[in-house]
Amino acid sequence: MFKRALTLALPALLALTTAACGGSSGDGAAKETTLTVFAAASLTETFTELGKSFEAANDGVTVKFNFGSSATLAQQITQGAPADVFAAASPATMQTVADAALAEAPTTFVSNKLEIAVPAGNPAKVDDFADLANKGVKVALCAEQVPCGAAAKKAIEAAGLKITPVTLEQDVKATLTKVTLGEVDAALVYRTDVIAAGDKVEGIEFPEAEKAINDYPVAVLKNAPAKDLAQLFVTLVLSQQAKDLFTKAGFTTTP
Amino acid sequence: MRAGRGAPWMLAVPAAVGLAFLVLPLVGLLVRAPWRTLPQRLAEPAVLEALRLSLVSATLATAVCLVLGVPLAWVLARTRFRGRRLVRSLVTVPMVLPPVVGGVALLLVLGRNGLVGRHLDAAFGITLPFTTAAVVIAEAFVALPFLVITVEGALRAADPRFEEAAATLGASRWTVFRRVTLPLIAPGVLAGGVLCWSRALGEFGATITFAGNFPGETQTMPLAVYLALETDPEAAIVLSLVLLAVSVAILTALRDRWIP
Repeated sequence: MFKRALTLALPALLALTTAACGGSSGDGAAKETTLTVFAAASLTETFTELGKSFEAANDGVTVKFNFGSSATLAQQITQGAPADVFAAASPATMQTVADAALAEAPTTFVSNKLEIAVPAGNPAKVDDFADLANKGVKVALCAEQVPCGAAAKKAIEAAGLKITPVTLEQDVKATLTKVTLGEVDAALVYRTDVIAAGDKVEGIEFPEAEKAINDYPVAVLKNAPAKDLAQLFVTLVLSQQAKDLFTKAGFTTTP
Repeated sequence: MRAGRGAPWMLAVPAAVGLAFLVLPLVGLLVRAPWRTLPQRLAEPAVLEALRLSLVSATLATAVCLVLGVPLAWVLARTRFRGRRLVRSLVTVPMVLPPVVGGVALLLVLGRNGLVGRHLDAAFGITLPFTTAAVVIAEAFVALPFLVITVEGALRAADPRFEEAAATLGASRWTVFRRVTLPLIAPGVLAGGVLCWSRALGEFGATITFAGNFPGETQTMPLAVYLALETDPEAAIVLSLVLLAVSVAILTALRDRWIP
């Protein structure tokens, strides 16, 4: 009985080990065919497009993306996830990776500004930032632990307002969803999210947003399996072509 | 093989691997837990508040599931009607659905602009999202199938001759259900209730989507854990351990008391 199980298991075991070997032997530049990019969820649209033009420019290269909350991505990287490039939605999350000596020279490539998002038609007649403190105006904010929440807190403090939200959402997209569904009257989200939501929401700019600008750093990771490609990708992210794309999406780029 | 003589290795080995698979992640939590700062972290009012809310809402959700789920299981197991198979697969929808999608679906029905929620708001001024009631609804939605499936299984396994005997002696169907069926399937109902409670206690996706996240109002332990993970992984580990310890303690106490 034991013998039979062994004869069955052996080929499978062999197949596994050979597969593992095949995966780890790609250190020559010619074999770097996959680039793995970890990027903040708010970069989903722009980075996907950049990835496509990167693949078109580099024959035989596939770009794999892992989009998610910057903090979660930072944790995955410090726990040893095999990533080549990290683009974070806040300097703090990039710092956790840099503190672990895993990121090489992070560079800020865009910044993002908060805007007030209201459902189409603005049912609660929100005109400015101070209106969010009114009783009867249901407000959704991001939780303080995530970058958009930290920025919201800064802006609210700068304006000296006392806003009692009905919910503190886990990320900016979830906050926006509450607005698009009309469950809240207003929310603080990024300008890029307002633009991405199209005509389902209206955006209202407010001066205190200038006090809570969020910088996005990008870096090649120290243990990158495809370091050369990673460097090339970061160059693309900092290029004029990318800047045009980011501006169109609502990001602020530095000239 | 007689019971009590030890398991054959064909069963013992996979059983041990299975157990290790379930227990090892727990060991990971225990190893990484910040034991030294544990007491002061536990004393934080936010932790106790989230724990209280979790226990209260999971218990209320289980009560809702019992009231609605046992009758539903009975109908599925004891009556015949067209489309019963379809109904049975519909019952499992919340199990298959990603909880976040379930939360969105609840918003679309019970939200301020939802199909039903719109009328609740207009007629009674009730808006469910962002309230503790919404937490209970989200948890009950996700946990109900676990109760229905368990109780339906118990009903199918129960010997129908007891019910038939009671009926021939003149008991109405309601009396038969109350005096014969329910005592017969009590262990199944309890098991279903425990499963339902555990699922409700760990609920995350539907809750944060439908009920939102606000301390003291809708922030249950899983939500607090998720957010703590963003900035303070050690706090997340502490919160997870608290939730785990409390639920294991409650379930063990229940088991000793009710299931021999």
